[in-house]
Amino acid sequence: MQRRTLLATASAAIMALAAPAMAQDEPLKVGFIYVGPVGDGGWTYQHDLARQAVEEEFGDRVETTFIESVPEGADAERALTQLALAGNKLIFATSFGFMDPVMNVAAKFPDVKFEHATGYKTAENVATYDARFYEGRAVIGTIAGRMTESNKIGYIGSFPIPEVIQGINSSFIHARKVNPDVEMRVVWAYSWFDPAKEAEAASALLAEGVDVILQHTDSTAPLAKAQEAGAIGFGQASDMAAFKPSPRVASIIDEWSPYYIKRVGEVLDGTWESGSSWAGIGDGEVVIGEITDAVPAEVKAEAEALRDKIGSGEYHPFTGPLNKADGTEWLAEGEVASDQDLQSMNFFVEGIDAQIPQ
Amino acid sequence: MIDPLSVFLLLLSASTPILFAALGELVAERAGVLNLGVEGMMITGALAGFAAAYASGNPFLGFAAAALAGALISFLFVVLTQVFLANQVASGLALTLFGLGLAAMFGKPFEGVKAPPMPAGPLDINWIVWLGLAMVPAVWWFLNRSRPGLILRGVGENHDAAHALGYGVRATRMAAIAFGGAMAGVGGAFISIATVLQWTEGMTAGAGWIALAIVVFSRWTAPGVLAGAWLFGGVTVLQLRLQAAGVQVPVQLLSMAPYLATILVLVLISARQKFSRRGGGAAPGSLGLNFHALR
Repeated sequence: MQRRTLLATASAAIMALAAPAMAQDEPLKVGFIYVGPVGDGGWTYQHDLARQAVEEEFGDRVETTFIESVPEGADAERALTQLALAGNKLIFATSFGFMDPVMNVAAKFPDVKFEHATGYKTAENVATYDARFYEGRAVIGTIAGRMTESNKIGYIGSFPIPEVIQGINSSFIHARKVNPDVEMRVVWAYSWFDPAKEAEAASALLAEGVDVILQHTDSTAPLAKAQEAGAIGFGQASDMAAFKPSPRVASIIDEWSPYYIKRVGEVLDGTWESGSSWAGIGDGEVVIGEITDAVPAEVKAEAEALRDKIGSGEYHPFTGPLNKADGTEWLAEGEVASDQDLQSMNFFVEGIDAQIPQ
Repeated sequence: MIDPLSVFLLLLSASTPILFAALGELVAERAGVLNLGVEGMMITGALAGFAAAYASGNPFLGFAAAALAGALISFLFVVLTQVFLANQVASGLALTLFGLGLAAMFGKPFEGVKAPPMPAGPLDINWIVWLGLAMVPAVWWFLNRSRPGLILRGVGENHDAAHALGYGVRATRMAAIAFGGAMAGVGGAFISIATVLQWTEGMTAGAGWIALAIVVFSRWTAPGVLAGAWLFGGVTVLQLRLQAAGVQVPVQLLSMAPYLATILVLVLISARQKFSRRGGGAAPGSLGLNFHALR
């Protein structure tokens, strides 16, 4: 008897508590899965800053959660399902390797909207978004070409995928534009984030006579090695300001906040639609960090002018004439690369003396 | 062409973190303790060392703090396995997970700042690299030529016999685990203080697991550990160096090579145990077994 009374009282209390909460608008729940830790100081760190920007923008109207260090593959499916079951109505999956897990989970939760970074598969409730990092690469490639004294610039690649190859080509094209003698050395680290390996890759490049290092991996290790050897480098994904003014002479910053705020706002208004977004410098998604005084004023001015020309749409970093590394023609004089061409890029441009691992 | 000396110099610093961690684990395993928490102790050392170096401005103080922190966190493993006789494999894995999480949590205030520069040692080689190289003969001498080393090996080979002879099995193992922790801590700190110069979460990126593989590869000897560390470090450095020189190399195949070598060594060891009476180079007899004194 007593127990029954207790139960009745308890359920009444719960009803009483729940009722007002139901009456007012529940906040929109937005979930994020990250491939690395939020403290990586690079890729994931920037995504998390954008998540915080969303919270700041919408206040009580949204509630965000994230799961960090989710391995690409089957585990991602579990993490996504967990977020969907927890009532998240919009889920951002922030790495290329989450692509198939996103598609599978999205099919099971048609009323949940998914946003997948850097992928190419979309559905009714799956949109993709990416940033035109190669635009930023053109700017730092210009600085690299001007700054090198040994005429050898090194590039630490993560994986030989189109996004990374675009960056290598773009920086090489613009380095050579300002310095016809420049050579590019490429080392593949086969990791997005492995500080020790990145440091070794940087050392290997430096031993080869390279004096400017570009990186498409996320740790600051290459900058530390560059500093020891008196070489220079660039911040990747985040500003890496601790290495200012040299060896970090500039940086490419991924700024996801405008996109995240826009998409969350659209879900709140009910105007969200699937699609593919690929924004660059002009939309504020790719930002060039402060160019320090270690760079001569005229080089800085040149780089900033290029940045502004790309931002306004006046100039495209992949404008012909450009040949592929095997000597065949890719773009004719004045021709601009199509987005499809870029998204499947699997070749180096003429002048890079290296093979892409198959 | 590629200058072999420059490859060797790169190899020395690339192999230092795993050399320290593997030497520490070697001593622990020779005492009969299988501690899979190397990765967790390394990351703890990486953070503590970085924090101390950053706060004091002295990198050497950082390494001392890393050794202390590594030994302290290994105490958790001591309590679990030596006092409560918990399963060593499970406790070691727990230590790794705990260390990674703990370091991530306490590391937040140290993100984005830079370590003080390390003064170069003799021949322009880092002092800690020299220390690592010196530790190889030191550990060898201790294990093979000193009386405490003999007792430690006895405890690892047959803890019941060692106990019957009146040696303190538990005390010996506690000391060996603490030494392993301190060495792993220094190895981790080499990555944060000397290689990367910054703290980032998860920065040891699996080096602790490689150290565990090296101990097996070494057939539980100090010179073998050096050979293993150089093989692992050397393959990494060489393939990167070849790439930088523009030589086409099968990266995945080369990266696999040390692991293949480890598997091969394991096969050879078990074959030798099966077919020869002497059974040299096998794992310590009491490895991974807990000891409880009945009398």
